[in-house]
Amino acid sequence: MAATAQPEQLPNYRARGLQEILLRVLLYLAILIGAVIFALPFVWMVRTAVMPKFEVFLFPPRWLPSEIVWSNFLNPFKVFHFERWFLNTIIIALFSMVGTTLSAAITGFSFARLRFPLRDFLFVVVLATMILPEHIRLIPNYLLYTKLGWVDTFLPLIVPNWFAPAFFVFLLRQFFLTIPRDYDDAAYIDGCNPVTLFWRIHLPLSLPALAVVNIFQLTFIWNDFINPLIYLHKEPQFTVALGLRLFQGRMSNNMQDLMAASLIAVLPTLLVFFFAQRYFVQGIVVSGVKG
Amino acid sequence: MTSISQTQSAMGTPPVRRALKQRTREGLYGYLMIAPWLLGFLFFTLYPLIASFVIGLYSTNFLNSWKWVGLHWFQAAFSDALVQKALLNTAYFSFVSVPLSSALALIIAVMLNQGIRFQSFWRTVYYLPSVVSGVAVALLWKWLYEPNIGLFNTILAAVGIQGPRWILDEAWAMPSVILIALWGAGGAMLIYLAGLRGIPTALYEAAEIDGASSWRRFWAITLPLLTPTILFNVVLNIIGSWQVFTQVLLMSNGGPNNATLTAVLHIYRTGFQKAEFGYASAQGWLLFVVVLAFVLFALRSATSWVNYDR
Repeated sequence: MAATAQPEQLPNYRARGLQEILLRVLLYLAILIGAVIFALPFVWMVRTAVMPKFEVFLFPPRWLPSEIVWSNFLNPFKVFHFERWFLNTIIIALFSMVGTTLSAAITGFSFARLRFPLRDFLFVVVLATMILPEHIRLIPNYLLYTKLGWVDTFLPLIVPNWFAPAFFVFLLRQFFLTIPRDYDDAAYIDGCNPVTLFWRIHLPLSLPALAVVNIFQLTFIWNDFINPLIYLHKEPQFTVALGLRLFQGRMSNNMQDLMAASLIAVLPTLLVFFFAQRYFVQGIVVSGVKG
Repeated sequence: MTSISQTQSAMGTPPVRRALKQRTREGLYGYLMIAPWLLGFLFFTLYPLIASFVIGLYSTNFLNSWKWVGLHWFQAAFSDALVQKALLNTAYFSFVSVPLSSALALIIAVMLNQGIRFQSFWRTVYYLPSVVSGVAVALLWKWLYEPNIGLFNTILAAVGIQGPRWILDEAWAMPSVILIALWGAGGAMLIYLAGLRGIPTALYEAAEIDGASSWRRFWAITLPLLTPTILFNVVLNIIGSWQVFTQVLLMSNGGPNNATLTAVLHIYRTGFQKAEFGYASAQGWLLFVVVLAFVLFALRSATSWVNYDR
């Protein structure tokens, strides 16, 4: 920029400063209003969940409950095997997480570190399967699991995760690429083969990435609805998400209990998110930006 | 798992052959280690892709009857009013929710990227709805949409507006479902935030020295450099939007008057409720072709609007 006389610039700067401040205030205001709008549904959920029954259907509605009824949170457990559904979901999630971690990590390592024919082509195939719509699998897989006799078991919800889901292969491959090559060379000299290199060096070094994988997988499994809906038909086998649907039919006149049940159902994912937010964000950075 | 280690017996052989042997060994290990994915690809990707077409050539309940019907279901789908309604409804959802939620996510991300205080707090607030997707969200929003005492009409009544009947009204039902999708824009927002952080600050500094306004900086730097991220997001969003299912099943069960009957819901009903898996499979395959067409269109169009020289 050409140098201009100082005195002429000064008032300009001041005006601009004022404008900046005004913009800044507007920015914070917009962010605040947006945040309030995004948070309001949760507020209404909590508010309904702790309300006395008679207040829920009052007209005009009250914003705040006159007293907090904690016992609403106990009611869902009296109607159905709510705790059983939690256990079921945890079992499915745990087995899926172990399978995903092992299979996706070993595959991701191979794509990141080993040279083999057609590797780059196959990796493009991995990426292509990521954009395959889930629904195409619904009916053929149902046929497969019917033939295997797996309907009404947890197997259809667990076993596919032992075959390296593409998204996690991609995520872990991106992570393994960041581990210095020198480590590999050193390990090979020390007599490692690719499997032991993966197991002794890469896996221990990638704990943060594995945390990301497991957090995502836990959330996916916890929120999954259509697969449990298709494969689980007996109430004691239900997952939390599937069982929640039963409350809808049973509790349409007990909105406070329904909201209490929903709140309990989402609590684990919320807790995981709060405690592992860093990993969540990291995972999205790795998977999203380099896509 | 660790016991596969082989003793390296290639000590005495000439270097070239040793290197070659090393190569083959590495290749073998390579394939051994991607075996989980390869098998999964065969069983959970290739098989469904082919089988969903083949099953569509039969009339079957998967139990005792398999009757060859040729292309009957594929032709039937084209004259089936319900199938068309379901596809149109899903297209409505997709074409409105994808641009709106992408724009919303981008706006929030850009706002949060202005060096504001407590950024991680705001980020959490906006992202939280995306963490709890699914059944609980559907139940919650059905309650928020309650015409007399729900959250929305309570607020509207407070400012003197008589709110609509939302999910219970044929014209408002689909917009109501779209609104829920917008509430979940936080996932895309996180991706955009990550993308924004990847833009070198030097570019902004240079632009500022040149006297570019923040508005101009957004259009000349931020947006062009973010286009790869936008493409990635939009493609994922398109695919997801054509699968909308949980909300419409739980909130309105496809109603009122099929206003929220979506493609996957119709496939679910045809297959798992009416036990006509052949027809359901044919519909699933046609839906796949539709989604693929839109994804390819988005990717093809990318050459004209995505900036790759980062």
